Amino acid sequence: MFYREAGQFKSSYETDGQIFPIRQDRIGILLLIGLAFVAIPLVATPYFFSAILIPFLIFSLAALGLNILTGYAGQLSLGSAAFMAVGAFSAYNFVLRVPGIPLLAAFILGGLCAAAVGIVFGLPSLRVRGFYLAASTLATQFFVVWALTKVRWFTNYSSSGVITAQKMQILGVDFDTPVSKYLLVLSIVAVLALLAKNMVRSNMGRCWMAVRDMDVAAEVIGIRLMRAKLLAFAVSSFYCGVAGALYAYAYLGTVEPEAYSLDLSFRILFMVIIGGLGSVMGSFLGAAFIVLLPVLLNTLAHAASISTAVASNLELMVFGALIIFFLIVEPHGLARLWQIAKEKLRLWPFPH
Amino acid sequence: MNLNFFFEVLIGGLLSGVMYALVALGFVLIYKASGVFNFAQGAMVFFAALTCVSLTEFGWPLWVAIAATIVVMSVLGLAIERVVLRPLVNQPEISLFMATIGLTFFIEGMAQLMWGAEVKRLDLGIEDVPMESLLQSFNIIVSKFDMIAAAICALLVGGLALFFSRTKVGRALRAVADDHQAALAVGIPLQQIWGIVWGVAGFVALVAGLLWGSRNGVQFSLTFVALKALPVLILGGFTSVPGAIIGGLIIGASEKLAEVYLGPFVGGGIEGWFPYVLALLFLLVRPEGLFGEKIIRRI
Repeated sequence: MFYREAGQFKSSYETDGQIFPIRQDRIGILLLIGLAFVAIPLVATPYFFSAILIPFLIFSLAALGLNILTGYAGQLSLGSAAFMAVGAFSAYNFVLRVPGIPLLAAFILGGLCAAAVGIVFGLPSLRVRGFYLAASTLATQFFVVWALTKVRWFTNYSSSGVITAQKMQILGVDFDTPVSKYLLVLSIVAVLALLAKNMVRSNMGRCWMAVRDMDVAAEVIGIRLMRAKLLAFAVSSFYCGVAGALYAYAYLGTVEPEAYSLDLSFRILFMVIIGGLGSVMGSFLGAAFIVLLPVLLNTLAHAASISTAVASNLELMVFGALIIFFLIVEPHGLARLWQIAKEKLRLWPFPH
Repeated sequence: MNLNFFFEVLIGGLLSGVMYALVALGFVLIYKASGVFNFAQGAMVFFAALTCVSLTEFGWPLWVAIAATIVVMSVLGLAIERVVLRPLVNQPEISLFMATIGLTFFIEGMAQLMWGAEVKRLDLGIEDVPMESLLQSFNIIVSKFDMIAAAICALLVGGLALFFSRTKVGRALRAVADDHQAALAVGIPLQQIWGIVWGVAGFVALVAGLLWGSRNGVQFSLTFVALKALPVLILGGFTSVPGAIIGGLIIGASEKLAEVYLGPFVGGGIEGWFPYVLALLFLLVRPEGLFGEKIIRRI
């Protein structure tokens, strides 16, 4: 009943090709954007911004990046944290070494650096696939973190290898309160998510999906494999790079290369899997799940007054068990659950 | 260049390569038989070693503790097969892979919850001293412990190879690895075979855990052993037991040599990524690894 598209006729190619073809979706997305930009800043507490909302948005962006690569182009990667690191450290160096560079330009340049690294480390994907590729993307992970630690120029010769992100200032406006940081991150994420949504339904996105489903067949029908795969690596790394820069600038403030460890890569992969492979919305749902779960478990542990050591181990166990549980119950992720709900809402309350 | 030193490094590398091979073997066993890329192998190594050490701390003799741990690992293996893998039959490989990453977290948490998180010493009664005979005749320092560890690994690998090629169970295992459905059709009990494979993998994990653990202490970093085994796997091929061994030797030797001779020029610490880059370059030439099955793709 709520999702019935009856009576919504398409009478031109523009309406047929629009991004949200159903009116309810358009209203819903506008409401969501309004909620995120207007209502949440009015009610949320600073803790809520800096501990939940900002990391949620940043991880969503990173998960979106990985989802483009793994979910749409079918190339399994375990090195997303490395691309985030490249983005963060190159943005830092651009701001540091190029006087007067606008912050947003530095973020974009950071993302482009990550994209360049992504292309280099994406080259093996032309020869290998599956787990061989996954294991070889670990090379990126270890090499990048090692290089950032060893080459002192990247960290501006700081003695501890830790960088402190510069103040965020755009057009003379300081972004130093949780609310303003949130709004900045939200704007960037919203623009990039919209871009991604459009990208995956364009020619490029369809090429990726063809490659994912069967690359030999895709090549036979005239898709240039090299271009499609490397482009997927580049775009995905760009998203991860921007997310990494935001992670350093808007969330952590001070950051060392070790922060972008294999663990972070795994967490982003979990977000993609739990959210749903090949779904833009799934990236957001997955990120929300992975960000909220530890917070929830912590709160529960506090309430049950369990010691921290036991609680952290229990957290690991619950985390692992939940991931397995989700994979068994809904292998297509949270996005699939939402689709099922939509189907149900379409008919409700009449079952036929 | 000092030739004696070169050989020392080379032999040390080869010996640690045998240890990598041992962990890689656990991966290969499970991948061959069930097509699951079991990321939890590292966690299983950790869990096995920790269980064994904790049992000896209760005053159990080492042999009893090892036997008990074998039982525990078999039960764990069977439980994993029953609870995690069976419901996930027919899912894409990536889902199974993710499930084993979840399993890794679970086992790590469980191990530390049960036995505590502090570093434990494990003494197998083998001294970590240079071999006298080699030192005197060739002036090369090779640890006795490494030699014995390598010998144990060689024995284990030989035993497994025999088990796979000569026994009925081994033959059934290879049949399952070849084609699940065909194996089922000729009456091989698939579930039972998977249970055995996970049990054997648990046993291999225990041996690896004991050897690594008595070297560096039984601690959380044991789980990272799995990451050492991955380049071995890509180099040797995911489906090949000899590949795991030869890959292990190549990775072990080249890693140590690179660290000693290349490391100083780039600031050291390249052990972490060098094996991966090596394996990666190798993959560009042979995408299925040294001994992996040739990948044939049809449309």
